Amino acid sequence: MFYREVGQFKTSYAADQAIFPIRQDRIGLALILLVAFVAIPLLGGEFLIASVMIPFLILALAAIGLNILIGYTGLISLGTAAFMGVGAYACYKLSTLFPQVNILVWILTSGFIACAVGVVFGLPSLRIKGFYLAIATLAAQFFLQWCFGRVGWLYNYNPSGAIEVPGHSLFGVAVTGPSATPVTRYYVVLCIVVAMTWIASNLVHGRIGRNWMAVRDMDIAAQLMGIRLLPAKLLAFAVSSFYAGVAGALMVFIWLGAAEPEAFNINLSFLLLFMVIIGGLGSLLGSFFGAALIHILPIIVRAAPNALGLSVGSATVEHLTYVITGALIIFFLIVEPHGLARLWQIGKQKLRAWPFPY
Amino acid sequence: MHILYLIFVDPFVQMAGAPDLLVQTLWEGLVGGVLYALIALGFVLIFKASGVFNFAQGIMMVFAALTLVGLYEKGVPAWLALILAIGIMYLLALAVERVVLRPLVNQPDIMLFMATFGLTYLLIGLGEFVFGGNPKEMPVAALGLPKGSLDFKILGGLVSLQKIDIAAAVIASAMVAGLALFFQHTRIGRALRAVADDHQAALSVGISLNQIWVIVWFTAGIVALATGIMWGARSDVSFALQVISLKALPVLILGGFTSVPGAIVGGLIIGIGEKLGEFYWGPLVGGGIESWLAYVLALAFLLFKPEGLFGEKIIERI
Repeated sequence: MFYREVGQFKTSYAADQAIFPIRQDRIGLALILLVAFVAIPLLGGEFLIASVMIPFLILALAAIGLNILIGYTGLISLGTAAFMGVGAYACYKLSTLFPQVNILVWILTSGFIACAVGVVFGLPSLRIKGFYLAIATLAAQFFLQWCFGRVGWLYNYNPSGAIEVPGHSLFGVAVTGPSATPVTRYYVVLCIVVAMTWIASNLVHGRIGRNWMAVRDMDIAAQLMGIRLLPAKLLAFAVSSFYAGVAGALMVFIWLGAAEPEAFNINLSFLLLFMVIIGGLGSLLGSFFGAALIHILPIIVRAAPNALGLSVGSATVEHLTYVITGALIIFFLIVEPHGLARLWQIGKQKLRAWPFPY
Repeated sequence: MHILYLIFVDPFVQMAGAPDLLVQTLWEGLVGGVLYALIALGFVLIFKASGVFNFAQGIMMVFAALTLVGLYEKGVPAWLALILAIGIMYLLALAVERVVLRPLVNQPDIMLFMATFGLTYLLIGLGEFVFGGNPKEMPVAALGLPKGSLDFKILGGLVSLQKIDIAAAVIASAMVAGLALFFQHTRIGRALRAVADDHQAALSVGISLNQIWVIVWFTAGIVALATGIMWGARSDVSFALQVISLKALPVLILGGFTSVPGAIVGGLIIGIGEKLGEFYWGPLVGGGIESWLAYVLALAFLLFKPEGLFGEKIIERI
């Protein structure tokens, strides 16, 4: 009743192939973009923008990258954080070597560098698959993280071993460094995330995406149908690492402002994997859901005791966060193994048939 | 040329020059390898019987050791604490089967894998909540484990073996032998192997999958407890130990996910290779290569033999 496409006729192939064929979807998307671009910067406080929205968008971007690899191509990777690190360190290195160049150019370029590294570590994926591949990507995770800590050239031989972001401005407005306001940084991240989500959506709905999904469902059958496995798998690794690299560069330049190698440790890889699986494998929307749940849930759990007027030690809260996150992961897997995206689908179906059961 | 010399000649010259150091390094690698093998053994047991890639194995190890030490510190005698820890591992196995495995039966592997991730978080939080986050010391003496070291004067030098390491190697071998006997000669062991072979065929001859899963997780829990005691005796008991469990993953690759002998041989190879690499080749690149050497070794190995040393041959059908 609320979600009926009755009377919306498709009169051309283009309309039939549209990503959002239903008018309500288009209106909904427009509303979400309106809220993201206008309402949040206008009404949101600094905490909401700087500590909730910016990390959420960046993590969602990395989750989209990982989702392309796991959800669309069926290659499990536990090295996403390392590829994010490659993006971050590449961007740092490039922007300190050539500070006069527009920072956005370097953020995107560092994505391509992460992409090249990702392809190298994706090469074994032709021979091995499943959990074996997952463990093989751990080699990337640990090796790259070791490089970030040990190769002095990467962090310009800082005595602290950390990378610190210099201030950069775009069209006269500071976008990185301490002088940038949260709203500016939010807009930069939002624009990049929206653009890259749009690109990803077109990729996965086109020929390339179909190839990936065929490889995911059964790679030998896909090969028999004439899909060349090596290019398909490597392309998935390349695109995925590109997204991770850009997300990593954004994470250091726009969100954190400084980072140590430890910021890209294996726990971040695992968190991204959670996001993808809880959000829904093979769903771009799911990546956003997953990032929202995994990032915002601990914030709520930490804030809950204060809001309820209980005095609980911070260590206890930290432990409880672990317990609750773990329990929720198991709970969501049992309730809906296909993730929040599937729940959303079911909800849409219900809305469509309401008030009848089917 | 000089770099080639440093890589291919110099380490061997060093080895030949100081054989006592070489023996010491080999021994340390061997002990580390035994412990890796034990963790990998827990992985293999569960993977064989339920097809679950149990990421929580490392945490189960820490959790078991922490329970033991926590109870001991609360004034429970060591032997009782040991029994109670075993009991808690049994309860954990029951709970995992009932709450996690049963509702998720027949789901894709990756879902079960993620569920064990959830379990990992749950156990970390629970363990720290109940026993506190501070590192604890394993009551080595109260558990009847030897302390101190044995020194041998051989090869013109001094080789010192920690007694606890010897005990670890002995206990590990005994446990592996015990498990092998259990698998080969008992009714439950045969049922376990049947389930590992084919779930549905096992069900059709009247083997209860649920029961088998509890038993397997309990066995893995006991292996975890033993491993936890050994690692705990070498360093302190804290959740930092879980990093070690990640080291068991290349061991699994090397040995194959479904092979018990593979886990042991893989563990020894990784343990020894890691120590030798760190000691003789590590200084060339600034040290610390222990953190990734095992993974890169395993990755290189996978390229040539994707199913591992003793894994089942991969047959793909459309």
